[in-house]
Amino acid sequence: MWRGPSIDLGQQHPRHGERVIKVVLVGAAWLSVAVTIGIVVSLLAPTVTFFTHVGIVDFLFGTEWTAGFGNKFSWTDKAWGVLPLVVATAIVTVIALAVAVPLGLGAAIYLSEYASERVRKVLKPILEVLAGVPTVVYGFLALTIFTPIFAHVVRFDTIHNMLSPGIVMGFMIVPTIASLGEDAMSAVPLALRQGSYALGANRMKTTLRVVFPAALSGIVAAIVLGISRAVGETMIVTIAAGSRAQLTFDPREGAQTMTGFIAQIASGDAPQGSPVYYSLFAVGALLFAITLLINLASIRLVRKYRQVY
Amino acid sequence: MTTTTVPRANMLTRTRNRDGITSAVFAALLWLCLALICIFLFFVLAVIVQKGLARFDANLVTHQPSKIRPETAGVQSALLGTLWVGGITAVIALPLGIAAAVYLEEYANPAKWWNRAIELNIQNLAAVPAVIYGILTLGFVVRGPVSIGAVVMAGGVALALLILPVIIITTREALRSVPREIRDGSLALGATQWQTTWRQVLPAAVPGIATGSILAMSRAIGEAAPLILVGATTFVTFNPDGVLSRYTTLPVQIYNLVPQDRDAFRDLAYAAILLLIVVLLAMNAVAIWLRNRYQRRW
Repeated sequence: MWRGPSIDLGQQHPRHGERVIKVVLVGAAWLSVAVTIGIVVSLLAPTVTFFTHVGIVDFLFGTEWTAGFGNKFSWTDKAWGVLPLVVATAIVTVIALAVAVPLGLGAAIYLSEYASERVRKVLKPILEVLAGVPTVVYGFLALTIFTPIFAHVVRFDTIHNMLSPGIVMGFMIVPTIASLGEDAMSAVPLALRQGSYALGANRMKTTLRVVFPAALSGIVAAIVLGISRAVGETMIVTIAAGSRAQLTFDPREGAQTMTGFIAQIASGDAPQGSPVYYSLFAVGALLFAITLLINLASIRLVRKYRQVY
Repeated sequence: MTTTTVPRANMLTRTRNRDGITSAVFAALLWLCLALICIFLFFVLAVIVQKGLARFDANLVTHQPSKIRPETAGVQSALLGTLWVGGITAVIALPLGIAAAVYLEEYANPAKWWNRAIELNIQNLAAVPAVIYGILTLGFVVRGPVSIGAVVMAGGVALALLILPVIIITTREALRSVPREIRDGSLALGATQWQTTWRQVLPAAVPGIATGSILAMSRAIGEAAPLILVGATTFVTFNPDGVLSRYTTLPVQIYNLVPQDRDAFRDLAYAAILLLIVVLLAMNAVAIWLRNRYQRRW
């Protein structure tokens, strides 16, 4: 008489190796959370020290920033108003977006709606090369090549300005917006386009009135990510926008951005424990908070467009 | 009747014509966008090649940086520093990134909130500014708890943290493109989950993982911002000889040459840029080739 299988399939030897591997994999995944916690902790502790000496209102709304001046270890002979850095960051970001959004969206629309498979295969690597050029190279070119050109065209005579790093940074961000925008538009189902063509619309109308609105949240997400890139970009502005922290709205003048300040102080002399050392972390914390909000907005938008269809 | 049909027909052709013109203008604008992008890129590359070739000689890789003789100085210490830091970055970031991606794609239950939290966190980390990773490494590794100082290891850690999320995201995409049937077939034959992952899924995903990793590594090699914070800016005229050696890298060396006013320094900077771009374009070319060669439609 057959009594079933001689081994009970449900009760194999426990596979300890498998379990160890899983623990290792889980650990690797949690490491990313540890990195985030590390960022918050490493920013928070020195920032708290900073705010025991500087009022948070003075910091956020002060219009003068002279962190590098005066006695290295004195808190009181400097102005700690971060607005000049924030305004400079905003101006460079706006210039960069004025370049990157039209060009990036134009490229995205072309790649997704107009280009043949062969053209796409040539153009995408070109965009990738644009994204692959190191930012220090862009910064150097902005300073030595583009600033003289723009100074000639727009007529200004400062070595450092916000215009040329802004424009060059715009080209740096183009691939981000183009590739995410293309993803969003390619994700729009073919049936929508066919419906539009069946009603007699041409390619432009189909693109602008059907595909573009359908992909809008994805496109906005791409732009939002572009903003966060521009806000956090460091080398181009450090090299080409200069290191003068001044509150100005004229893009032909040089000014220091938040990242520019961080890089300048870090490459100079900031003794551990000095006020300027702590201000580095305070500005870093502000930068992290701003980009965190921007990133979360962008992630939410991406989620939204993924669930539409 | 005739009075109504004629203008109507006219109206139709007129709007058609206008439609035709606007849509041609629209297509032309799209072309213009791409043309501008291409012109910018070719201009940038042309400037680099033209200005870089003047000093693109053997001295560049055989000589050390010099503040006195920029005409014959090289960037040997920076080139070797780049290799050291890149190597450490790869050794740290690749295994960790691939392991995390394997967990999220093959093991994790996406319905659990902690897995979704990890995912959200990685997406956010991918867009955190590079300088922040510099601040993190400065606070934890260079000074702070670990305190190893501004050495090769610190640079490698900063860059590894920077590209870790990128590697996780691209590896997940590569794993996701391996069809369900491969896994089902393997599991049905009695393989365990890890055997399935290790012997079937990962080998099938290798081209995608390699492409993403090379692109991430080329980003790391070109990055200067976090390294400025972890002390690669010091003037270094000797080659690194270990993970605890002081160092500089090519992008940081280029950054150091910016404030130098003499033309000879500019020439050297352009030559160093050309060298860096050649290395990065070669890496990009390999990545694109890998993708085209091994791209599989299942």
